[in-house]
Formats: sequence, C-alpha cells, structure tokens
Amino acid sequence: MARRLIHARSGGAFSLGTKLTVAAPYLWLLGFFLVPFIIVVKISLSETALAQPPYAPALDVAAGWQGIQDFFAGLSFANYLTIAGDNLYVFSYLKSLKVAAVSTAILLLCGLPLAYAMARAPRAVRPLLVTLVVLPFWTSFLIRVYAWINILQRDGLLNQVLMWLGLIDQPTTWLATDTAVYIGLVYSYLPFMVLPLYASLEKLDETLLEAAADLGCPRWKAFFAITIPLALQGLGAGALLCFIPIVGEFVIPDLLGGSDAVMIGQTLWMDFFANRDWPVASAVAVMLVGLLMVPIAVYQHLQTREIEGR
Amino acid sequence: MRRGFAPWADPTAAPLVRFDNVSKRFGDVAAVDRLSLDVYRNEFFALLGPSGCGKTTLLRMLAGFEMPDEGRVLLDGRDIAAMPPHRRPVNMMFQSYALFPHLSVAGNIAFGLRQDGLAKAAISARVDEMLALVKLEGLGSRRPDQLSGGQRQRVALARSLAKRPQVLLLDEPMAALDRKLREETQFELMDLQVRLGLTFVIVTHDQEEAMTVAHRIAVMDRGRIVQVATPAEIYEQPRSRWVAEFVGDINLIEGVVLASGAGEALIADKGGRRFRVAADVAVGTQVFIALRPEKVRILPAPAPPDAPNTMHGRVWDIGYLGGVSIYKVRLDDGAVVKASVANVARLTGQAIGADDEVWLSWPPDAGVVLAS
Repeated sequence: MARRLIHARSGGAFSLGTKLTVAAPYLWLLGFFLVPFIIVVKISLSETALAQPPYAPALDVAAGWQGIQDFFAGLSFANYLTIAGDNLYVFSYLKSLKVAAVSTAILLLCGLPLAYAMARAPRAVRPLLVTLVVLPFWTSFLIRVYAWINILQRDGLLNQVLMWLGLIDQPTTWLATDTAVYIGLVYSYLPFMVLPLYASLEKLDETLLEAAADLGCPRWKAFFAITIPLALQGLGAGALLCFIPIVGEFVIPDLLGGSDAVMIGQTLWMDFFANRDWPVASAVAVMLVGLLMVPIAVYQHLQTREIEGR
Repeated sequence: MRRGFAPWADPTAAPLVRFDNVSKRFGDVAAVDRLSLDVYRNEFFALLGPSGCGKTTLLRMLAGFEMPDEGRVLLDGRDIAAMPPHRRPVNMMFQSYALFPHLSVAGNIAFGLRQDGLAKAAISARVDEMLALVKLEGLGSRRPDQLSGGQRQRVALARSLAKRPQVLLLDEPMAALDRKLREETQFELMDLQVRLGLTFVIVTHDQEEAMTVAHRIAVMDRGRIVQVATPAEIYEQPRSRWVAEFVGDINLIEGVVLASGAGEALIADKGGRRFRVAADVAVGTQVFIALRPEKVRILPAPAPPDAPNTMHGRVWDIGYLGGVSIYKVRLDDGAVVKASVANVARLTGQAIGADDEVWLSWPPDAGVVLAS
C-alpha cells in the first residue's frame, strides 16, 4: 500500500480532481480554523484598552511600514506570564483536565455495555436503538440542562425518589456540586461515546468470537482478548470526542456546578464578558488549544499506527 | 495408511464421532433431520451436498456452536451436549478463516495454546513447528492483512491444528482458493492428515474435492444422508438417481425391465431400444439406467454385430476439455447421450466432428440400475 502511494507521488500522477478533493479540507481548516486562531493569538499578545475593540495596539495599515513596526513592537507575552503566575488559571486548567478525565472514564464504563448491547441486538431493532440514543438531540441542549436543575434541586425528582426508596431521610444537596456536573456531563456526552463505539462493535465479525471459543477461550475472556482490541479505534474516538469538548465545557459546570472551583471554560467566559479583558481571555484560549494538542496528537499517532498495520 | 484402511467395515471398531438420530430445526426448516452417522479415528471424512443441505449445521453441532434439538452427538463414546465449544477437544477451520486481525500470524497460531496456559517456551516451539508444517517459516510476525489468500488459508490451518485436536473440522477450507492452489492444497491436507494421525471432517460442496481427499463421503440432501461410502462406491455404485446426478456426469436412461435372471436384466427404453445390464431387478419395474459418459464407446462406423447395447445418432455438440472431449450425441428419437473420450493422441483434426453419424456401445456391467 505504502509502496503504491510513493509510486503515485513520484510519478506526479495526481489528477486535478484528486488535488481539489485533497485541498478542500485544507482550505476549510485554513479559512475557519487557522485564520481565526491567528487572530486570537494576535489578540492574546495585545494589551487591554478602553477602546473599540477593547485592546491595543490595533493594526494601522494606513500608516504603512511604520504602522506595522509599531504594531509588532506593541505585542508582548505579558498575558501568558499573568496566567502562569495566577493560581486561579492554573487551578482552572487542572480542574478542567480532572473533570474531563473522570467523566470520560465514567462515559466509557456506561457507554461500552450500552454500545455492546446495541451491536448484539437483533439486526432489525438496531436502527431504532440508534435513533433512541440520538433522540435527546431533538430538544435544545440548554433546555435539557435546565431540566436537570429541576431534577437535582432540593425538592427535585432525584431527592423525592431516593427518599421514597428509603435510601435517604433528608433531602441531599445535589445542585452546585461536582456530582451534578458529572451527572450533566455524562448525560450530555453519552451519545458521543456510544455512537463511535457502536460503529466499531457492530462491524465485529461474529465468527471471530466463534473462532476464539473454538480455540478454548470462554466468552467473557474473548470479550477482552478479541472484542475490546478490535473496538479500540472506536474506543479512542469516543474518548477523545468526549474528553476534548469537556475540557472546554462551559454551560454544564456553570448551570449545575458550584462557584468554588470553576473550569477553564468558565474562567474564559468571565474574562471575556465580565472583565472585558479580551487579551487575557485569548491567551487562556490559546493555552487551552495547546493543552488539547497533546491528546489529539496521541490519537493521531495511534491512528497512523493502526493504518500502517505496525 | 490409505490402502486397507476401512474401520467402518469392522463391526467391532468403535466410532470416534457418532451422530445418533440428530435433528436440528431453524424455524420450520429442518436443517438436519433424524440423521445418524459414524466417523472413525484417523478417518478423513467428507460431508458433501448442495448449499442448504445441512452439512455445515452438522459440523457446527460437532464444534458446539449449534445444539441438536433431538438426538445425541457422541465424541469417543461420551455425549458432548453439555460441553461448551471452548471445552471441546475439536478445532475448526472456518470458511472465512476468521483470523484475528489484531494479532500477528504467530499470535493467531498461539491463541489456542495460550488458553491452555502452556509455558511460553512450549508455545513458541509449537508455533515454529506449525509454521514449518504449513511452510510459512519467517512469516510469524506478519499481520493477516499482509498475507495473500493462500497464506491466510495456511495460517488458519496451522491455528486449528496447533492444539492437536481429536477431530479437525474443515468448513469449505478451499472455497476461496483458485483451482491450481486448491488441488495442491488438497494433496497437502491428505498428507498432513496421515502424518499427524488426526481425524478430519471436511464440509464441501465440491464433489471432486471430496473424492480427492476423503476416505468416505456422506452425500447429504435436505438434512438427510443419502449415501455414505468410499469415493469409488459413490461414483460407481450410486444408490439413487439423486446421488448419481450430483456426483459426476451421468446419462440416465428411463426404461422397463423386460426380463431378469443370471445377474443380468433386459431393459427396454421409451424409444424401444433394448439394453442388457448387469443387475438383479424384478420384471416389470420402472427403472433408470445410470451410465457414466466415459464408459460409453463412440464409434465412427457401425458397431460390430456382437457389440452390446448399441445406439445410433449424430454428434450434436462437442466439449473439448483438453484431457478429454465430451460428445453429446442426439439419438434417432431425440434423446441425448453423453460419451467422453480421453484424448490419448495429440489432436490435429477431430477424428469425429460435429454432425457426424456415430454409433455408441457400452458393456452390460457399465450401467447401474436405479429404482427411480
């Protein structure tokens, strides 16, 4: 396979259509990710100012070469130093990573059996099951999180059910705790874990499990020896699809969580909208991207290895 | 080993595998219908039949993937109904090979051995032995998707042999190979079976394959066995019209028995021709004479008056297969009889061509009389 690729490359035989097809996603990324990101990086190197836009220096192209020189002279890494030196930001980052890691782990534990059951269900009911998993998307995400406020509050459904079952005698405080955040995150992100897992488990050839049994491997053991390794790609995709957005999650911790330890998304929001400090907020965002590069790079590396067959 | 090996003829021999009145239904369809069958130790046994005849279901019952609805499956005299697949001392080579894509060739072959908790050194020694056995030395670290179809087939074989199963089950093991490779592999399988002293049960729809490799063949149709016999018996002594037509090429001549005695019957066909056939059948019975094309002689001139069972017609079609040619001869009354001739000499021009007038003849012991 690799040889064929090299051959095609050295022959320079890519047609115009192929070039355009390959170019399309790159152009998309350039226009909608790279350019905005460069603008954010630029803002993060600026200083906050009482102006419109609320930062300085502004690039004054009309002033010619001098203007550009002034502009670059005005940039500094001061905001990054502020962030690194302020415990609030460091704790926010760590808190976000912790919340994302724990909820991804819970999502794996919940999503794997669910996806497995779906993939093993009779072929005729599988489309229905997939629809059921996606069904929550039919109502607004915000409304669903508000519904959780209702469920989790002191006289909410959860406390009522627990008291009716006799598990607690006093209403417990759920809202404004980390538990509430985890409940909200796991609830909201479950489809993102289940769908890629389901896709990879559904492809699994049943005869492989028969072959394993035939060779003396009991069914429970075959799950770990065959099913899990072959679903690894779906597992990785699901985990990252959850982990990465959860790190930057804002709505769920803001509505369900407490105010004692905020996640980085909330810090970012406060800097942007409450403090109107765009440069620091931009620096926070840039560092978040840098932070997320690590898991993304790991995933990319794993995928390439998978494709090359090691 | 092959010559004189006939435990099925020995009434004191105990079978290694016994299907005892086994039935298996899927919905309303009986995939296997009150079937009994014995397979003996060291036998290479073939289950032959068209698709959907229940041969694979039978194999899967032996492996433990299907449970019989009725009857018993015995292995070495023990009922194995309660034994799950992973405990059965049989291994299967799957039609799709079912190689584990995330494991190397060596990892695939070692998989079964690891389940037995063998020591690492013992496992790697056995893996090397298996790789040598199927001539894949040096490919142990490859992944299945880096192998050719023929190599994958060998890995599947090595993996299923690694545990030295009491019975090796082969489900259409050569279906995905091209003809040349398939023939080679058939002979290698026979060689392996003898060398390792194992019992093989192969499922195939390819009658040539079954006849090549097997000591005995069970011909199956709609969940039942129609005949169990050696390849030669199946070919030369088919028990029914169905077997005769399924295995090999055949001419069927419908007729009525006019006279019978001294081991020979006189049979008249619809066209009024009379044939002498070596058989004992009651006078007046409606029968079929089954006649293999290679046993029919084809002559360009009138047959001598003492020639038995002669027919006259014109060549309608010739199939040249290289080694043999098949002549389709249309008789005077429109019936078509096939005669095959070995092309002993190099052909430059056809000795007998299309539309030539020909005479056919066959000896009385060449035909088999089948009651309907």
